[in-house]
Amino acid sequence: MSKWNMIVDAAKCENCGNCYLSTVDEYTGNDHPGVAAEMPLHGHRWIEILKRERGQAPMVDVTYAPVMCNHCDDAPCMEAAENGAIAKRADGIVIIDPVKSKGQRQIVDACPYGAVYWNEEKEIPQAWPFDAHLLDQGWKHPRCVQSCPTGALRAVKVDDAEMARIRREEGLEDFRPDLDTRPRVHYKNLGKYRYEFIGGTVAAARDGIEDCVEGAEVVLKYAGDELARTATDNYGDFRFDGLRAGSGVYAIEVSHPDFPGASAQAELGGSTYVGTIALGS
Amino acid sequence: MKFSFVLYALLWVLRFTAWRHPAFRERLKERNLTAQFLSQADGRGRWFRFQDGRIHSGAGVKDNAEVLLIFKNADIGGRLLMPPIDHLEQIEAIKNFQLMMEGEDEDTYWFAVTVMMTQHIGWKYGTPVENGEIRYTSHTNGGPVFVYVKDGRIVRITPIEFDDEDPQPWEIEARGQTFRPPRRTTLAPHGQTSKSLIYSKERNLYPMKRVDFDPDGERNIQNRGVSGYERISWEEALDIVEAEIKRVNRQYGPGAIMVSRTSHHTWGNIGYYISAMNRFANILGATTTTLNPDSWEGWYWGAMHHYGHSMRNGAPEIYGLVEDCLQECEMIVYWSSDPEVTNGVYGSFEGTVRRQWAKDLGIKSVHIDPYLNESAAWVGGKWFAPRPGTSPALAHAITHVWMTEDLYDKEYVAQRTTGFEKWRDYILGQEDGEAKTPEWAEAETGVPAKDIRALAREWGSKKTYLAAGGMGVTLGGACRTSTGAQWARAMVCLMAMQGLGKPGVNFGNLQFGSPIDYSFYFPGYAEGGFSGDLANSGNAISLYQRMPHLISMNPVQQTIPRLKLPEAIMDGKAEGYPIDPRFIEGQFFPVRYPSPGHSPVRMMYKYGGSYISTQPDSNRYARMYNSESLEFVVSQSIWHEGEVRFADLILPACTNFERWDIGEWASPQGYGYDWIGQLNHRVITMQHPTIEPLGESKSDFSIFLEVLKRLGHSAYYSEGMTERDWVKRMFDASDLPRHISWKKFLRKGYFVVPAEPKSNWPRTAYRWFAEGRKKDVPEPHPLPGSYGENFREGLQTQSGKIEFEAESLKRYGQDPERPPLNKYIPSWEGLGTAGLLEKYPLQLISPHARYSFHTNGDGKDSATNDLMDHRVEIDGYYYWIARLNPEDAAARGIGENDLIKLHNDRGAVVCAAQITNRLLPGVVHCRQAAARYDPMGKPGYSVDRGGCINNLTPARSQSLKTHSAAYNACLIEVVKWNGETGLDGVTPAARPAPEPAPELAPAR
Repeated sequence: MSKWNMIVDAAKCENCGNCYLSTVDEYTGNDHPGVAAEMPLHGHRWIEILKRERGQAPMVDVTYAPVMCNHCDDAPCMEAAENGAIAKRADGIVIIDPVKSKGQRQIVDACPYGAVYWNEEKEIPQAWPFDAHLLDQGWKHPRCVQSCPTGALRAVKVDDAEMARIRREEGLEDFRPDLDTRPRVHYKNLGKYRYEFIGGTVAAARDGIEDCVEGAEVVLKYAGDELARTATDNYGDFRFDGLRAGSGVYAIEVSHPDFPGASAQAELGGSTYVGTIALGS
Repeated sequence: MKFSFVLYALLWVLRFTAWRHPAFRERLKERNLTAQFLSQADGRGRWFRFQDGRIHSGAGVKDNAEVLLIFKNADIGGRLLMPPIDHLEQIEAIKNFQLMMEGEDEDTYWFAVTVMMTQHIGWKYGTPVENGEIRYTSHTNGGPVFVYVKDGRIVRITPIEFDDEDPQPWEIEARGQTFRPPRRTTLAPHGQTSKSLIYSKERNLYPMKRVDFDPDGERNIQNRGVSGYERISWEEALDIVEAEIKRVNRQYGPGAIMVSRTSHHTWGNIGYYISAMNRFANILGATTTTLNPDSWEGWYWGAMHHYGHSMRNGAPEIYGLVEDCLQECEMIVYWSSDPEVTNGVYGSFEGTVRRQWAKDLGIKSVHIDPYLNESAAWVGGKWFAPRPGTSPALAHAITHVWMTEDLYDKEYVAQRTTGFEKWRDYILGQEDGEAKTPEWAEAETGVPAKDIRALAREWGSKKTYLAAGGMGVTLGGACRTSTGAQWARAMVCLMAMQGLGKPGVNFGNLQFGSPIDYSFYFPGYAEGGFSGDLANSGNAISLYQRMPHLISMNPVQQTIPRLKLPEAIMDGKAEGYPIDPRFIEGQFFPVRYPSPGHSPVRMMYKYGGSYISTQPDSNRYARMYNSESLEFVVSQSIWHEGEVRFADLILPACTNFERWDIGEWASPQGYGYDWIGQLNHRVITMQHPTIEPLGESKSDFSIFLEVLKRLGHSAYYSEGMTERDWVKRMFDASDLPRHISWKKFLRKGYFVVPAEPKSNWPRTAYRWFAEGRKKDVPEPHPLPGSYGENFREGLQTQSGKIEFEAESLKRYGQDPERPPLNKYIPSWEGLGTAGLLEKYPLQLISPHARYSFHTNGDGKDSATNDLMDHRVEIDGYYYWIARLNPEDAAARGIGENDLIKLHNDRGAVVCAAQITNRLLPGVVHCRQAAARYDPMGKPGYSVDRGGCINNLTPARSQSLKTHSAAYNACLIEVVKWNGETGLDGVTPAARPAPEPAPELAPAR
């Protein structure tokens, strides 16, 4: 049985907003019986782009992660729903019935992802229904995928075994692995979203003129143990990524055959650019 | 014989059409009149009587016919009336008085259109799809779209996915891989939000009059922008417009009426301002506004002098860049270049996939921008953050490294450039004693000298593309500041040292230069549509020959430089330099207002509403509207926003989704020659009238027609046709009929121009120049007389080479701010501006908006308001966003989403604070062109909370001998907003707060 899945590649998302806008376009002013009642023009973010900015100038990066109803196989909203208001279709899509769900605010509260919105006017819970009505009409993918210019969103209809294979092969993960709801939305390249970096620039003076040092060896140590090593690029820049926020004090040791070594320390709250480390002064 | 036969046949065509089409039967019931066809030579003819829906006709002549069509003789009549109509013959007959029409405009236009309807009433358009919906096509400023409609209402608007019969795209082989674009169109966010704009509750749905405006009594000009509006009928509105046009003309004479517009419009060749509005203004006889080359400022006024390209407003060649870049380039330097935001103006996300390819190929990128812009964040790579306005100093320092470390192409410099010795003397400090070293530049730019050296060395040793501006080949950013011309000039000088045109060395960021078919003819909007305006559009080049139509010419030779419009109105005089791209020296000719013998402007016919918010020091425009010299202001506009609320009378225009039109994606032509070169696929769309105009709104074409009917000009304006007839004429004028039938195009709605075999692809930009050959790229520029020696040999400059010392500026010799050598002159509003800096220590940059297209897409209660990086809702109001560094925020006690006041002596704007490390301390980032202008007290004299950041930017031209805005040269201070609404030091007369906007009926 093939089922719908969404694959979100955070490295490809540039926050153009089209997934949000195309979804608003699809659901405002339109009733799609059995799938979704009209969505309010403002206030609901059935698809939302989250932003993560790291570092300090000039070493800064920005990562975006679109989030939406996960169409979980163990959906907490379904457990909270009464009167059969939420159903899981054979193709994996979770539908909140726009009629049966009336008045059931607990469905909003039940979603640990915050992906269900309360429609004040209609008194119903609403979430992104994977554009099920369009897929039923033969569309190849939902609106958000169609409007995404970078391929950050990809909808695939495969059986669960095949999806498990894709997950392994492409290194996909859940957005919130801690929640364990078997979501059908899978993420790729979340490293820069989840983790922190320590970076810096290595420079040295020759004849009184300071230059960036390329090829300096930089070692990252934590509690005296070496964690990683790297070499600086032509701008003297180095960066250690994949560190946990608030994980403590790190030592950086820099060496280069032409210059005396140097070191620095950084206490990692969030991502940190330690600035210029000057060799041989 | 033929004459009488054709007329007899016409009777049966009319009767057949009435029998076949109920809508035509309804049409016939609209009017009772007699139309007489007459041969002047022999007095013979045929009359048609339309009476209560029936058609009567007879040979001979009836007295007192309401409509009289006079042919010089029967021969001519027979020839002109025999289908298919030859428009060239017809308009020649009109010009030569061989064909004349008499009668009241309402009657003549009704009759002409009734006859035309026999041709188009049977047209079927749109594609039935699932769920009882019809799929139409249309076009936005950010890409072509499918429009799904059910029961007269738009269900959804999507990009276009190609079907099996659409052609396959081009493929590029590079570094062992094959690259091929996806078979679909892309859509910019402002296009994707179209439905919410169409059904916006802020639409103008009815003609409206300011409540305290009485054309026959008190006009209460001082209340413009403050008073509310009342609904009136079209009849009443047109009465006022007609009376005011006549009064102002008779009272003041030529020049007293100004027809005024902004830079863009909703898409479509017929309805575009250069088409319908130019024809209207020319027929009316009106003062116009002359545009500054906004977004091309530095290129037009600066770069052009070093390498020519006046016809591209100073932008470089664009051809072949995608293939060359993917195959050869090792590094792309994005300098003030944010293509993911600026979208190539109209090019949606077409370049995005190609930049992804560059990433996949490992082509390195660096980014130079005071803000870590969206493209930099997405593409990745080293970020350099010079202080705003100092980029020319950074360029000079790179040049210094190249000169002192031998990192440039000496052979190219020797053979393809002039003036290098003087340039070298300047850079090395032998001229002024100041070597332009990286250390010198560090003090100016804030970029560490070591980083400048590292960049210069990498650039000097790698085949590098310079992405200068958003398009990669100009647009926005650093060219829109006081040093904009210096920066653009510096970009050309840098490329001249690295061998512009050699493999892998060119301008670009993969946004331009894709290998599409450039030779397939379809007119761009700047070719003037049906304007017949040979002087102020690209009409004369191709479209006029292909679609013969009546020319139009403005009898009023008065124009106002747009940036000086408020001064012109308020002070009664202004001077500036209009754009004339025909030759380099075109920019040296000033215009003065008023023109000799012309009346100052007394009436303003305003088209759209975005001077406020897109023009620097916007508060000036608010004050202008309160000038008593402006006796009448009528605004023709879709939405009730911004300066539309300063009009005495509002004429509700509909969107292009509610009318007929036709257009090609991203194609202006004229001043935007071959901008299609950024597309992966050329897509030409039928722009169906997807729904009826909402409320009582009308198309621009129709509104102009209604006004001109009052003045007897409707036949001249329309040639007896509707928009849909003009759309067909535009189709026929293009290469489309050779590839797709009208019938099919009408139904399917779009045509994808097939890709060309590789042998037909354009050659790479400047390769001919680098190799010393004749020019071989397909652009008809410059004018033949601009080649100093042989045709197609060399550039447009005096030497035919890239000139480090610009001969044209030397010959001009009148602009101390633009010396022939591109010397660094610090900004007149920057960190060196003593006296101002103490009071306003922060530098504001205001680049183009991301999610809106100028004011289009913003405000209007649209869906974009909820995007986290567009506006922020605080206490029920959607505030525009201003970004500042954590250090600057902390020093002012400002937290995320706090309401802050950005201010200087020009104004104050309340925004929501976004705190970010994507800026260095001392720099504030706030995108330009919010659609809302919400002064919280007297307009022009109070705090705005709509987000019009241009209230703070300077009105001064970059250099005084140009007409150029310097938006990014702006010093401000930022404080937490304490709720005050007045401006410091400005005390206007006490005035009540503006009334809320009138409640408009919902747009259903």
